[in-house]
Amino acid sequence: MSVSIIYAILVTSAATFLSRFLGAISSEGIKETSKLFKWFNCLAYATLAALIARTIIFPVGVLVETSYIDRSLVVIFSLIIFFAFKKNYVYPTVLSAVFLSILSILF
Amino acid sequence: MINKYFFFKGFKSILSYDSPAIALGCCFIAIGALLKDLGFNIQESVFSTMLTYALPGSLVMAESLLIGSSLLNIFLAVWFVNARLYPMAVSLFPLMMHKNQPKWKYYFSCHFIAVSAWLIMKSNYEKIEKEHRIDFWIGIGSATWSVAVLGTILGFYFSGYLNKEMMIGLAVVNPIYFMCMMVGASKTLEITLSVVLGVTLGPIFYFFSPEWSILLSGVIGGTIAYFISELNVS
Repeated sequence: MSVSIIYAILVTSAATFLSRFLGAISSEGIKETSKLFKWFNCLAYATLAALIARTIIFPVGVLVETSYIDRSLVVIFSLIIFFAFKKNYVYPTVLSAVFLSILSILF
Repeated sequence: MINKYFFFKGFKSILSYDSPAIALGCCFIAIGALLKDLGFNIQESVFSTMLTYALPGSLVMAESLLIGSSLLNIFLAVWFVNARLYPMAVSLFPLMMHKNQPKWKYYFSCHFIAVSAWLIMKSNYEKIEKEHRIDFWIGIGSATWSVAVLGTILGFYFSGYLNKEMMIGLAVVNPIYFMCMMVGASKTLEITLSVVLGVTLGPIFYFFSPEWSILLSGVIGGTIAYFISELNVS
């Protein structure tokens, strides 16, 4: 490794805290009933949705070793479980891990 | 000072049956194991989760270290990936601002902005009086942050027992959990449109600019969703 781990951690935390802190500072003049707040709410949800889609479609880390088809099957399977169990979050979450592990062993 | 009643009310919110603690814990177990593989010791792994407390940022740091990136490159890469935290903060803090609360609480607790804590707060804030929402939020943030740190420690020490298939299973838990939470949160036109446009535009923009894709799809998708919902209201 070319840089010290400690420096990398400090730089990573500074880059992360910067967005959070700027967000907290900017919030001071914004009312929760304002249009600006509503716009930022839309931006936040769209950004998170994009992040989740990217994590599943273009993953990093160990998920790279799974195929698009396997990941797509897990998404469809999880959504079916989510709606079948009256929008319970735990069942699709736990079963998705089991399902993808089995798929990665089989294929 | 922090109101203990609301703090613990927030802290206990992760104990509910559909809590994000399981998904969050699983992901940080994977992160703990990954950091150990990269050569981090236990102190560095815990220090990393405590200070960063953002999963995509930690993954980017790990990948950047692997390919030998400079500190400036790591800073910029993490900043781009975690830029989503800015609109998340701006869309949450106005709900908690109250003149009776000191500013330090807001500046201190912005560190807890992360998808899991943000989604819990967004689902529960209406049940709490505005004056005490910040204490409730600090409770939620402390709980999710503790789960992340605990997950990292478990992942570090149990990495030897986790094979590739188990790591893959742990890694998919977080995106699936957040996907379900986003679908569950899509109760209004503006949020539903924002989610649909974010999911659609994110992968499309990735082909043009992987670094900017999340930010661009958030800004463009969110803005389109906002204007469509405004037109619908008027």
